[in-house]
Parts: sequence; C-alpha cells; structure tokens
Amino acid sequence: MSGLQGHLSLLLVVIPLIAAPIVAVLPRGRLPWAGTLLVTAVCAVLAGMQLWSVVHDGVISYELGGWAPPWGIEYRIDAVNAFVALIVAGIAAITLPYALLSVEKEIPEEQVPLFYASFLLCLCGLLGITQTGDIFNVFVFLEISSLSSYALVSLGRKRQALTSAYQYLVMGTIGATFFLIGVGLIYSQTGTLNIADLAERLPAVFDHKTVHTGFAFIVVGVALKLALFPLHLWLPNAYTYAPTVVTIFLAATATKVALYLMLRVLFTVFPNNFALGTPTFDLFVISGIAAILIASVYAIYQMDVKRLLAYSSVAQIGYMALGIGFASAMGVTAALLHLFNHALMKGALFMAVGAIIYRVGSCRMDNIHGLGRRMPWTFGAIIIGGLSLVGVPGTAGFVSKWYLILAALEQQAWISVAVILAGSLLAVVYVGKIIEALYFKPASEANQSLKEAPLLLVIPTWVLALSNLYFGLNTELTVGVAERAAEVLGATGL
Amino acid sequence: MEVVLGHYNYWVVIFLMMTGFYTVISRGNLVKKIIGLNIFQVSVFILYISISTVENGTTPILKEGFEVYSNPLPHVLILTAIVVGVATTALALALVVRIKEAYGTIEEDEIHQRDHSL
Repeated sequence: MSGLQGHLSLLLVVIPLIAAPIVAVLPRGRLPWAGTLLVTAVCAVLAGMQLWSVVHDGVISYELGGWAPPWGIEYRIDAVNAFVALIVAGIAAITLPYALLSVEKEIPEEQVPLFYASFLLCLCGLLGITQTGDIFNVFVFLEISSLSSYALVSLGRKRQALTSAYQYLVMGTIGATFFLIGVGLIYSQTGTLNIADLAERLPAVFDHKTVHTGFAFIVVGVALKLALFPLHLWLPNAYTYAPTVVTIFLAATATKVALYLMLRVLFTVFPNNFALGTPTFDLFVISGIAAILIASVYAIYQMDVKRLLAYSSVAQIGYMALGIGFASAMGVTAALLHLFNHALMKGALFMAVGAIIYRVGSCRMDNIHGLGRRMPWTFGAIIIGGLSLVGVPGTAGFVSKWYLILAALEQQAWISVAVILAGSLLAVVYVGKIIEALYFKPASEANQSLKEAPLLLVIPTWVLALSNLYFGLNTELTVGVAERAAEVLGATGL
Repeated sequence: MEVVLGHYNYWVVIFLMMTGFYTVISRGNLVKKIIGLNIFQVSVFILYISISTVENGTTPILKEGFEVYSNPLPHVLILTAIVVGVATTALALALVVRIKEAYGTIEEDEIHQRDHSL
C-alpha cells in the first residue's frame, strides 16, 4: 500500500490514460460504461487520498522516471491542485452513473465505446493540468483535454454540434498556441520549464520586455480557455449542442481547471506580485463586471434552457474573475470557493435539464411547459440549483457570493458590490423564467402523460443538489480548504 | 538596420504568425481557416527553434571537439508541439468533412444561412 501511495499523483493521470484505449475496444453494450465508472470511482478515491495526504503531510513532489527536477518533469501537489483535482475527479465520478441512460439515448450505439474513451482522455488531460509542476507539460495536458472535448462536443445530436465543435477547436487552439508562445518566451529568458524553478529565476529578469510579453501571451491564452468575457464566444454554442453528459462534465470542470491554471500563472509562476505591476488585475475586474452584467442579460433572453445556463456560466466565470481581480487573499478565497460551488450548482442544473431532455427530447422553453408537476424530483433539483445560482442564504452559492462581497468591501469597491448584487437579481429573473415555464405554464397535450425521469438520472442530480445545501450550511470544510489554498498561492501577502 | 537584419528570424516568425492569425479571422472557408491555424502554429515552432540556437554552435552531439552546441531541449518540445498540431489538424479536417456532409457546404456564411432558414 505504501508503494502505491508513493505513486498516487502519477496514478491519477496514468489510470484514465491507459483505460481510454482499453475502453475504446471493449464490445458494445454496457461494458465500456462499467469500465469508465470503475476508473472514475478509483480516480475520485485517489484524489481524495491525495488531498488528505497534502493537508496532513504537506506538499507532494513526484519525480517522473526518477529524474530530479528541474531537469525531469515534476508533479508537485499542494493544497490548491489537490483541491481542484478532487473537484474534477469527484464530478466525473458523479456524472458517470448518470451517463449510462443519457448516453444510450443521445449517442449512436456504435459510438458509445469511443465516447467513453474520449471522456477518459478528457479526464486524464484535466487531471494532468492540475497535477503537473512543469509548464510545458501543462500545455500538453491542456491539448489532450481540449482535443478530446472538441470530439465530445461534436457528438451532439444536432448538426450545429459540428459547427460549435469547429468553432471551439479554432478558438481553443489559438488559446493553446498563445500559451505556447508565452512559455517559449519565458523559457528563452530563464532556461527552465519547472514551475517552482521558474518562480525562483523569473524575478531576476522581471524588467525584461520579453518576460512581460510572455506573461501577456500566457494570460490571454488561458483566458480564452477560461471563457473570460469577451473571449467566451465558443462557450454558449459548445455547451448548448454538446451531449448532456459532456455539458455537465465540461461546465463543472473544464473552465474550473483553466481558472486554476490562471491562478497558478498569476501567483506562482510569476511570484513577488509581478502581476500587480501590470494592468492584469484591473482587466480582470472590468471583464468580470462586464461578464456578470452582459452575460446575465443575454441569459434572460434565451429560449433554450441549456443555452440560458451556458450564458449564466459565462456570468459566473465573471464572479470568479472579479474575485481574482481584487488581488487580495479574500478575493482569491472567494474565487476558489465559487469555483467549487459553481461546479456543484451547474452540475445539478445541467443534470436536471438533461433529465428533461431525456423525457421530452428538447429543452426549449415552449416544449417544457408544465413539466414541473409531471417531474417533481427533477423540478425540485432545478429549484435548489437555481436558488444556489441566485445566492439565496442556505445554499452553496450564497457562501461564495458572501465572501466575494466581503472581498469587495475590504477594498471599498462599491461598484463591484453593486454589480454582484445586480447579477444576483438578474439571476432571479432567468432562473424565474425556467421555473415559470416548468410550473406555471399549463402543460401541453404531449407533456400530460410524461413520467418522472428514471432513478439513475434523478439520484446523481439529487446528490449534487443536496451537496449545494450541505456546503451552504456547513462552510467549514470548503472555506477552510479555499483559505489554505489562497495561502499556498501566496495571495496573502498582497 | 541592425534591428531588422540582426533579428531576421524573429521578423519571419512575426510575419508568419500574423499571416496565420489574420487568415483564421478573416476567411469564411473552413479549410482555409485550418490552413491559417497551421501557419500560426508553425510560426511558433520556428520561434522555439530559433531561440535554441547558440552562436557558432553545432548540432547537439556528444563528441570530442564539439563544445559549443545548440540547446536541444526546445527541439524536443517542438516535436511534441508538432504532434499536437497534427492531431488538431486531423480533428479539424474530420469535423469539416462531417460539416460538409451535414450542410453541403464549408463556407461559414452559407452554414449560418442554412441554420437560420430552418
């Protein structure tokens, strides 16, 4: 067991990577699903053990192939990555039980093994980004996760899924290439790619223009992956037309991992408050405010529930950007908290919407009239998720918004406080629109005979919905981890 | 003059980068966009290769008499990036084939038209 524990960090990446081609060649039927379920469950357990080990024994440093860093690739796990890795692996493990029926309904039978193989590759890439301590390795994992998510998005039923995947591919590749350019430029000044080593060597060359250019390229590249307003254009289409399971997984993890990467770059790779000397944080505040207001207004006018939630995601990313933009320990804590809580609420909401799609075949506003009475459990999950999205006290969404407002008050950023409150009011409007259609509009003939979604869809939805309530009431765990993570990032000295 | 000639490799990189980037943004033809994306990526390969060069250096080989040699690490990194680029291009072309099957065109504006005339 101790031998296994020593390789914990590597196993998290290697297991899904090796499982992916195996799953791809499994016979049709439920075997590929069962294999993927097993892998995600194992990964979630390993990620949990990793977080436990980091919290109790401190930073894990794993040398790949026994090559000592900075020459070899190092996996370096502290409270931040362990936290994000657990979110990714945990969401994957909750999504999988849900996936069985949803995928059977939405993906042609012969593509199912390949679907699960891509899903595992995507998981491998996302976990890899969180685990690695080598900045070029980050690029490789970024592309593994991105390429597999383009493939996953393109599997949607409508033909628009293809064009959305293409659009996502073009913008995603531009983002990754920007990141690559930035890495090359800072490598040319420091001669190292190891993140810890970069943090030591970069301060000596901080006044070089090349380093500033590299920084700008990296930040813009990651912002594209993060769907930071106004670089979010790929997101609404990709989330709307992707198969439900993919939307749940990507919405809850992909942008979160990009946000983690952004925090790493801003605080670890470029230490000593380098970013404070650049306009980065001001830009984050401005684009955060714009995202909250504009994307929320867009969300109100959407006629498709999935698309509405996708625009709401852009707005929620705005809250996280705002948290980073405050450049304070409190702000970063709020951003990390919202990162976790948003994964819970959007996961629950997209799952509930997926249950509706499973029954109705569509989630356009005018097709779902009166379904709240037909599908009470699904409707209940939407209400909880919606309240959490608005930030009603007692839900997870409230906790992160509370910390965000505290961070804003700390700096007396009154405009930001007003924007956060206005964003919540706009959320009331768009969540209200969904609830109105589901509950208060009379059901059409076709919808009268519909039954509640199968248990296999309802249970994972409710697991996430209830965790919204749990983490809204018991904040000790999440706030503790987020504060500790902010401390590790060195944001406390700001 | 020194700035232009002394850094001609970087000028080539910038020229290619902007050509590729502009093509991606301005062209409506999906295949041309991919070509632009490729040129954009290739410019980065050249950037990496040119920063690895050492003046009067030879190829990185271990042999007596060869003491100054180029940094081999960026070459290796770029091999990885080339593989990633090939995978991206392959996936993008596969998507274009599927789009052509679904829409009967690979022109962006015609695709938009067909989606909205439904």
